[in-house]
Amino acid sequence: MRDLDFTTVFILAQKELRDARRNRWFLLYAAAFAGLSLGLAALALSGAGNYGLAGFGRTSASLINLILLIVPLMGLTLGALSLAGEREKGTLLYLLAQPVTQLELLLGKFVGLALALMAAIALGFGLTGLLIGVNGGGAQVTTYLGLLLLTCLLVLVSLSLGFLLSALVQRGATAVGLALFLWLGLTIFGDLGLMGTALILRLNVDQLFALALINPLQLFKITAVFNIRQNLELLGPAGIYAIRTYGSQLLPLLIGLLTLWIIAPFLVAIQLFKRKGVL
Amino acid sequence: MIEVTHLTRRFGKLTAVDDLSFTVKPGEAVALWGANGAGKTTAVRCLLNLIPFEGQITIAGLDVRQHSKAVRTQIGFVPQELNFHDDLTVSETVTFYGRLRKLPHGTDLTPLLTRLELIPHINKRVRDLSGGLKQRLALALALLADPPILILDEPTANLDIRAREEFLLFLHTLKQEGKTFVFSSHRLEEITALADRVLLLEAGKLVIDTPPHELERRLGWETTLHLYLPEPTIEPALQTLTHFGMPVSRNGRGVRVQVAPGKKGELLRRLHEAGIVIEDFTVE
Repeated sequence: MRDLDFTTVFILAQKELRDARRNRWFLLYAAAFAGLSLGLAALALSGAGNYGLAGFGRTSASLINLILLIVPLMGLTLGALSLAGEREKGTLLYLLAQPVTQLELLLGKFVGLALALMAAIALGFGLTGLLIGVNGGGAQVTTYLGLLLLTCLLVLVSLSLGFLLSALVQRGATAVGLALFLWLGLTIFGDLGLMGTALILRLNVDQLFALALINPLQLFKITAVFNIRQNLELLGPAGIYAIRTYGSQLLPLLIGLLTLWIIAPFLVAIQLFKRKGVL
Repeated sequence: MIEVTHLTRRFGKLTAVDDLSFTVKPGEAVALWGANGAGKTTAVRCLLNLIPFEGQITIAGLDVRQHSKAVRTQIGFVPQELNFHDDLTVSETVTFYGRLRKLPHGTDLTPLLTRLELIPHINKRVRDLSGGLKQRLALALALLADPPILILDEPTANLDIRAREEFLLFLHTLKQEGKTFVFSSHRLEEITALADRVLLLEAGKLVIDTPPHELERRLGWETTLHLYLPEPTIEPALQTLTHFGMPVSRNGRGVRVQVAPGKKGELLRRLHEAGIVIEDFTVE
C-alpha cells in the first residue's frame, strides 16, 4: 500500500477508458442496454395511456429484469477479459516491468472499466429518462435515480467478480467462458434455484432470506424492489420477514452487502494476482 | 549495482533457475548465455520481480521484492516478445509509457526518437510496424527516463542480420555512454560484441562466469576450418599442419583442420611461413 500512487492509477484508468471506447463488446452492450431500456420505457408509457402517469415508477419496475439480465453480463465478461486478455497478449508483463505495482494496475483497470460501464448505464438511463420526461411522466423520479445508483452498484459487483475470474486464469477465452458460466449460474439460481432449494430443504423464512442475500443478483433485486415500493410484500414471506426484522435498517443493510460484494472479490483478486505474478 | 544471491525459481517439479548467484558492477555488460530453456528469461523476469522467486536480488542497493517500484525506475526493459498495445500509435505508446515513467510534462523526446529513427513512423499503429521497428520502439521505451540499467531479453531474436548488426551497434554506443547491461542471448556473436562477462547457464545452473574471449578456451571448443588451397600446395599443407600437431585431412579443393582455442592465428602463420597461399576459407 505504501507504493500506491494515484497518479499512476489515474493514467491506467484513462487508458482503460480509451480502450473501452474501442471495444466492440462494450459498445454492443451499451447500445443493447440503451435500446432495450428505451423499448421498455415506451411500453410502460403506452400502458399509462400516453399521459405517462407514474412513468418513472412503471419503467423502473420493468427495468429491474432487464438490468438483472444485461448488467451482470456486461461487468462479468469485461472484467474477466481485463487481466486475462492482457496476460494472454503479453502486454501485462511489459506493463508490470514499468514502475507500476500490481495493486495500481488492478485499481487503474477497475476504475477505468467501472467509469466506462457506469457511463454506458447512465446513458441508457438518461435516454430513457428523456423519453419519459418528454412524454410528461415525471412522477417518481427519485425512484428512477435510486435504481440508477443501484444499477451502478450491481455493475461494480459484477465487474469485481469478473476481475476475480480474470486473476485466476491465463487465457481470455477461459475467463470469458467462466464469466458466462457464473452469469448463468447467478441468473438461474436467482429465482428457480431459490424456489427449488426452499422446497427441497424445507427452509425457514429467515434461512430463505439469508440464502437470497448470498446471490448478489437477488440482493440487487430485493434492494431495487424495496427502492420502488418501500416494502417487500411483493417478495412473499421472506420479504415480510425482512421488513419486520430489520425495519429502517434494511436499506443500509442491503446496500452495505452490495458494497461488500464489490470489495471482497476485488481484494481476493489482488491477492491471487500478487501470488500468481504475470504468468 | 546488481547483486543476485541464491536465486531459485521453480515451476512445479521443474527448477528453471537453480541457486544462481552473480554481481554486476556499474557500467558492466553481463550476458546470460545458454540454450533455449536454460533459464535466461526466467532469471530476467526475477530481476524485475515479475514472478515470485527464492533467494535475494538487490539492485542499486534496494531489495527488488520490497522496493520493486523504485527498482524499476532504475531499469529500462526490452522484452523478448514485443507485445505492446497494438491499437496505439507509436506516439501514443511513447506518451503512455512516458507518463507511467513520470516524465515531466513537455519533455522533448524528439532527440531519442530521432536517434532511433522512429520519427517517420510516429503516427503508425504499433501493429503496422516491422519487427525491427518494434525492437527500436522497445528500446526507445526502455530509454525514455534515461535509466542507468538496461535489461534486455533476447534483444535481437526477431531481427534479420542487418537489423541485428545496427541494433548491436546502438547498444554498444549506449554501453560506451556508461549504461549497465544485463542481457540474455543464445547467440555467441551477440555476446562477444557486447558483453564484458558471460554467465553460461545450463538447466538453470551457472556453469561458467568468464569474459567472452576466455569462453572458447574455458569450454575447450575446437574450431574446424576449411582451407581452399591451390592443388600443388595441398600435400605440403597437410605435411606442415601434421608436423605441428594439428588434426588435418584432405577435403576437396583444400584441407579440413581442427584448431584448438586461440590457435587460429598460429595456423595461418605456419602456412604463410611454409609459403602456402590460402585462396579462401570457411569456419564450421
